[in-house]
Amino acid sequence: MCLAVPGRVLSITEVDGTSMAQVDFGGVRKDVCLEYVPDVAVGEYVIVHVGFAIQRLDEASAQETLANFERLGILKEEFGDQAGADR
Amino acid sequence: MKYLDEFSNPDLARRLVDQIHAVTTRPWAMMEVCGGQTHSIIRHGIDQLLPEGVEMIHGPGCPVCVTPLEIIDKALAIAAQPGVIFCSFGDMLRVPGSSQDLFGIKSAGGDVRVVYSPLDALKLARENPDRQVVFFGIGFETTAPANAMTVYQARRLGIPNFSLLVSHVLVPPAIAAIMESPRCRVQAFLAAGHVCSVMGTAEYPPLAEKYGVPIVVTGFEPLDILEGIRRTLVQLESGRHELENAYPRAVRAEGNVAAMAMLRDVFEVTDRTWRGIGTIPGSGWRLSERYREFDAELRFDVSGLHTQESALCRSGEVLQGLLKPNECAAFGKQCTPRNPLGATMVSSEGACAAYYAYRRLDLVQIS
Repeated sequence: MCLAVPGRVLSITEVDGTSMAQVDFGGVRKDVCLEYVPDVAVGEYVIVHVGFAIQRLDEASAQETLANFERLGILKEEFGDQAGADR
Repeated sequence: MKYLDEFSNPDLARRLVDQIHAVTTRPWAMMEVCGGQTHSIIRHGIDQLLPEGVEMIHGPGCPVCVTPLEIIDKALAIAAQPGVIFCSFGDMLRVPGSSQDLFGIKSAGGDVRVVYSPLDALKLARENPDRQVVFFGIGFETTAPANAMTVYQARRLGIPNFSLLVSHVLVPPAIAAIMESPRCRVQAFLAAGHVCSVMGTAEYPPLAEKYGVPIVVTGFEPLDILEGIRRTLVQLESGRHELENAYPRAVRAEGNVAAMAMLRDVFEVTDRTWRGIGTIPGSGWRLSERYREFDAELRFDVSGLHTQESALCRSGEVLQGLLKPNECAAFGKQCTPRNPLGATMVSSEGACAAYYAYRRLDLVQIS
C-alpha cells in the first residue's frame, strides 16, 4: 500500500471546496486529491499515493538523471574503470 | 512521457552495474528502508548483480508489517461491533491478529470494506449517517498526509460518524533505533524516496553525522535503485557519510510544504510500538488535541485486549535486518502468503512475501 505511482493529470475540478483531478495511470483513471500540489496543471505528471498527489514529477530532473547515467557509461568506455569512481 | 520507461532501460542498468563493480573494493552492508524498494530489488534480481560481499539488508519500511498486534486486535474488535463499517486498504485484511484477521470478521457478518483512498471512507460516512465509519489509518509519512486531510475534511464538512484508528509510524526514529541496536550491521541507508517527497530531507544529515552512515534518497525503478547503491558505495569507499538525493525528480529538499503543514495540524508525535521490534520513542503520530474527537480508540471501548503473537514467527528479526526471510524455519512451510504467520508474509511489500514470490525456485534448490 505504500507504493506511490506517477500519473498524468487529465482534468481538474473542485468538489466541496477541494481541488480534485482525474489522473491517468497508463489507461486506468482515478479521482485524485490535488490539495497538496495546488499549482499543478492539466497535462503535468504527479506522484499519487492512496488517492492523493504528494509531489509533482520534475521532467527536467528526470532527463538530467538519465543523462548522468549515460555519461557514466561513456566515461567508463573512454577512460576505463577509474572514471566516475570519484562521483 | 518517455522518461518513465527509461528508468528500466537495460543498457543504462548494465552501465550502472559496471560502475558499481568499478568502485567497490571490499564488502559492505546497506539497508533499503522501504518495502517497495525491497520488492523492486528482489523482483529485478538487483542484489544478485552486486559485487561479492555487498549485501542488501531489508528494512522495516512496510507499514502493514510493522503495525502492532495490539492495534490489529483493536481493529478486529471495532470491526466486529454492530453498526460499524470498517474500512481499510486491502493488505490489512489478511494480517493475523491474536486469534483471527479482518477477513474472519467479514466472513462472520462484519461490514469490512476495502477502499482505495481514505476519502472513499469519508464518502461512505456521508452516505451512511446512521452508521459509524472507521478507517484504519496506518502507514509511514507517505500515507499520513492522506489520512490527515481526510480527518480535516471530516471536521470541516461536519461528518461526525467518521473516525480514524491511527497507527502512523515515522522513518527517521526507526533509522536511529536500527543504528542503536548492538546487533546492527548496517553501514549505509537507501532512504525511502516517497517518504522524502512528503517530508523533505532535513531530518537525515544529523542521522548521517551522528551514526557515520551515508544516506542516499532513492527511488523505486531499477535504475533508481542501482544509482542509489552506486552513490552509497562511492561514499563508503571514500569514507564519507553524507545525505545525497538520487531521486530529485520526485524529492525536493524542503518536501511538500502544504502536506507538512497539514500533518503538523492534525497529528502530534508519540511513542509507537512496531510489530516485531518493540516501542521506539517518538516514532509515530497520533491525532492532535484539536482532532481527538475523530480518534476511533476513544470512540469505541477497545482497551484491555490480550494479545498473543505466533511463537514460530520471526518477522521482527526480518524487519530489523537480522534474519533473511528464507533463514526462518517456518518460511514456505507453516508460513506462506495463503496462511501467513506474520505480517511480513501478508503484505505485498513484506520481505517474506517478496522472497516467496520471487525466490521460491532458489529455495527449493537450497532445501
